[in-house]
Amino acid sequence: MAATDTPRTSLTWDYAPAPESADHVRLRDSYDLFVGGDWVAPTDGHRVPSINPATEEPIAQVAFGGEHDVAAAVAAARAAQPAWAALSGLERGKYVFRIARLIQERARELSVVESLDGGKPIREARDIDVPLAAAHFFHYAGWADKVSYALGGRASQPYGVVGQIVPWNFPLLMAAWKLAPAIACGNTAVLKPAETTPLTALLLAEICQEAELPPGVVNIVPGDGATGVALVGSDVDKIAFTGSTAVGKGIQAALAGTNTGLTLELGGKSANIVFEDAALDQAVEGIVQGIFFNQGHVCCAGSRLLVQESVADLVIRKLWDRMELLRVGDPLDKNTDVGAINSAAQLARIEALVDVGEAEGAHRQTVACELPERGFWFAPTLFTDVAPAHRVAVEEIFGPVLTVLTFRTQAEAIEKANDSAYGLAAGVWTDKGAKAFEVARALRAGVVWQNTYNHFDPTAAFGGYKESGFGREGGAAGVRPYVRVA
Amino acid sequence: MLRRLPHVDRVGIEERAALLGKRSIKTTAKAQGIRLAVSMVDLTTLEGQDTPGKVRNLCAKGVCPDPHAPEVPSVAAICVYPALVPTAVAALQGTGVRTASVSTGFPSGQTSLAVKIGETEETVAAGAEEIDMVISREAFLSGDDARVQEEIVRVKEACGDAHLKVILETSELGSLDHVRHASMLAMEAGADFIKTSTGKSTSGATPEVTLVMLEAIRDFTQRTGRVVGMKAAGGVSNTKAALHRLVLAKETLGDEWLTPDRFRIGASSLLNDLLMQHAKLESGRYGRSEDFSTE
Amino acid sequence: MMARVGVPKTYKLYVGGAFVRSESGRHDPVDGGYNVPRASRKDVRDAMGAARKAFGPWSKRSASNRGQILYRAAEALESRGEALAGGDELEAAIDVLVHYAGWTDKLAGVLGGVNPVAAPFLSFSMPEPTGVVGVVAGDEPPLLGLIAELAPALAAGNTVVAIVSERHPLPGLDLGEVLGVSDVPAGVVNLLSGRRAELAPALGAHRDLNAILDASGDADLHAALDRLAAETVKRTRHATPATTYASATDNALSRLEAVVELKTAWHPVGA
Repeated sequence: MAATDTPRTSLTWDYAPAPESADHVRLRDSYDLFVGGDWVAPTDGHRVPSINPATEEPIAQVAFGGEHDVAAAVAAARAAQPAWAALSGLERGKYVFRIARLIQERARELSVVESLDGGKPIREARDIDVPLAAAHFFHYAGWADKVSYALGGRASQPYGVVGQIVPWNFPLLMAAWKLAPAIACGNTAVLKPAETTPLTALLLAEICQEAELPPGVVNIVPGDGATGVALVGSDVDKIAFTGSTAVGKGIQAALAGTNTGLTLELGGKSANIVFEDAALDQAVEGIVQGIFFNQGHVCCAGSRLLVQESVADLVIRKLWDRMELLRVGDPLDKNTDVGAINSAAQLARIEALVDVGEAEGAHRQTVACELPERGFWFAPTLFTDVAPAHRVAVEEIFGPVLTVLTFRTQAEAIEKANDSAYGLAAGVWTDKGAKAFEVARALRAGVVWQNTYNHFDPTAAFGGYKESGFGREGGAAGVRPYVRVA
Repeated sequence: MLRRLPHVDRVGIEERAALLGKRSIKTTAKAQGIRLAVSMVDLTTLEGQDTPGKVRNLCAKGVCPDPHAPEVPSVAAICVYPALVPTAVAALQGTGVRTASVSTGFPSGQTSLAVKIGETEETVAAGAEEIDMVISREAFLSGDDARVQEEIVRVKEACGDAHLKVILETSELGSLDHVRHASMLAMEAGADFIKTSTGKSTSGATPEVTLVMLEAIRDFTQRTGRVVGMKAAGGVSNTKAALHRLVLAKETLGDEWLTPDRFRIGASSLLNDLLMQHAKLESGRYGRSEDFSTE
Repeated sequence: MMARVGVPKTYKLYVGGAFVRSESGRHDPVDGGYNVPRASRKDVRDAMGAARKAFGPWSKRSASNRGQILYRAAEALESRGEALAGGDELEAAIDVLVHYAGWTDKLAGVLGGVNPVAAPFLSFSMPEPTGVVGVVAGDEPPLLGLIAELAPALAAGNTVVAIVSERHPLPGLDLGEVLGVSDVPAGVVNLLSGRRAELAPALGAHRDLNAILDASGDADLHAALDRLAAETVKRTRHATPATTYASATDNALSRLEAVVELKTAWHPVGA
């Protein structure tokens, strides 16, 4: 007997459903605003159900803040700020350490709620979002009494009250990226979670209470775009925004001529460049992680694959084989690789751009997989025969859709990669170290992953070039946006 | 063949292997996976103190691993040293469990090609249906790929109808690039299976090594159309590890490889852990080692 | 005895290493009986083109080499600068150039470094120049105020399009002649004279501009430039012109930060 084409047994082995238990989740039916250390009802806001995008079922009612609510939150932050800044860095840091610890303690619950509220696979929430959020607080807690070391020895002052607006793709993690450095540096904060994913930020408010963080240091006001506009227009000293480039430009314009600080972390259309000498199987894995991680709802997603023509067919075949293995479905199943699209609106945007891609003549391949009847779903999709001018090669889709372009030489790869209004991230796949570093240097992007993709760490600065924004989050560089220096 | 592209990136392989190690295999999937794993076991004893009595007991165990659970299948093969092949052949007659043996100066391979060929012919003549040979690490590490291949070709000829598993002894190759390269050499030379390890070295079928070899098989099979099997041996000592290897195979090569014809696990202590975990799933009670014979 | 007839200087814009008249053909009289070109939007466009073309080669030069070129510019200013400014201002301007010449190969060490990430990767962050930087110089002091904006941008590896003082344009235009005989490559610095109200918005609106340093002290222009910057997410910094060596250098790191991006690279460690 040899290994044969006709196996003697024909057992198919599939993974049984492995749902993460939601028993330990303690969600309230309805959430107020978290202002001045208390839960307060909205005065000019309203209540909206937060929906599970995998089922379209409401999870909890959430208060959205109106203009007065935002002003009240800013006032609470303003009142708390002098005493908070007057604490020694060490003492401030200890509160931030407490938050990190409590996140670790409630990690399972936070993971489940993140998955329920946003549609991301529980595996990612559990292994990436929540641990990184805790790690971020832990990292910045330690900066609280070392701020001048992050500034090349310069003296500094906290801004005062910072308004922070975070997106729906990594709700808790982005809240951590915003709050941890802000409060560590002596600011107080008003955070607006995203419209569709407010719940983990509200659990974070509970954690702030549990940590006995002084009232008003962190205030959380959920809401939609109107709440965000109110926050930008309020009496804050600085705005930190993560979200779309269009909204970021609006904020930058709204703050024109003011002395209000601003940092922006915006969109991208990041190039993932595969050279013929790459370790191709790992490159394919990196391509998959680059674009299908979190359903492609990632600002730095490697959404533009640039593959060297000599290996393009091979890479695309391997990629397609790999894509067919992706397990799409119930986000709470521990074996799910690709979860639900975050919202009906986002699904509509993805569908619209994919339609454009087909109309432009790009060749579309979508993985055939059974999708649940209810909820918002989009199967992993690949566009080949794409021209650089096609909209699917230029615009951020923010979904599980990869466009493939080819190149012949290193110079062409760099030129195509840089031919974008964005400059958030890029990937470079080659087994030749000298080439990896040369290409990394030539790319106009804030993060360059060589032979890997979508790795994040609290010690490593993250942020964009060009229209992907300005300011950095992570590491010593992440302190700078939260202090004024001469 | 030049030692050339494509290379393997170890950090990437480790990440992928670790990710697949997180697959949650519970309830029915676990029971089914355990039975599948049992059916793939090459139940092995390769000790100086092996005797016909020991081998007969092992054969009985392999044919009927858990007398209380008839749904648990026989193992794939019993693997013994050449001297004990006649014992195993006799004990396994008519059971469907195959007799396998090691050859070619196992485990070091430090003997002449003539001896390797002679040993193989003799072992096959004694009734072994499967031969596990070792590659010459001496030749491989000194850069003599041609001699590595030549040996495999000649041993394959000596095997006749017996089926050849080529052991790379990956822990002695020094890098995952070498593991991939040696996998390709072995397949090009005619290996029916490629196998990680002898079980006599420092490490065995780690998830990373297993994954690299599975990817090599996939690429070779896609390029040539010839199907090659995989044997993970060494270090796969509990159910979790065995199911992890099955996940690696399933998500690299597909469900067609989830058969003893294409995937084997070389093991001794693994079998009892599989049986204990299987029994626990049936009874809801955690087991004890006394419930299963130690053969 | 007949008095000698003087040879008055014809002032020109400095664009792409060349001394050119405004394409518009316009000029304005200034004190001392001179005329200066009144640059137009098209001159801004040409200067932007020259600056973009020069950016790649300039940013790729070694930090040490950029430092030597800036130091050479300081030397040139020392030997030819009497006509540009009075003693104190000139000395301060020269010293500011010397100060920033020394920054070129220190910046990466101060702003960058290795990130101790919790995974098997070498991760490091390093500053890179933002790109083409626009400078709107203030009026007082015209030379020092301009150099305080130019020097950090150049030290960080950017190229510059600068609008010199509207009220006192001569020192800014004279600086072009000094740079023209120094080693600063063509297009790295481009100097335009004219109406600030016309040129600054044209510069701020250019989509290929990456950052703008505004030392005009004009609140309305500040707001207008910010709004234009928002169209393509340009970096902005507003300040009053530096009046002393100290005010141009005490906050050197902040000035440098305004015109650099931080790039983080990750590379796996494991063969």
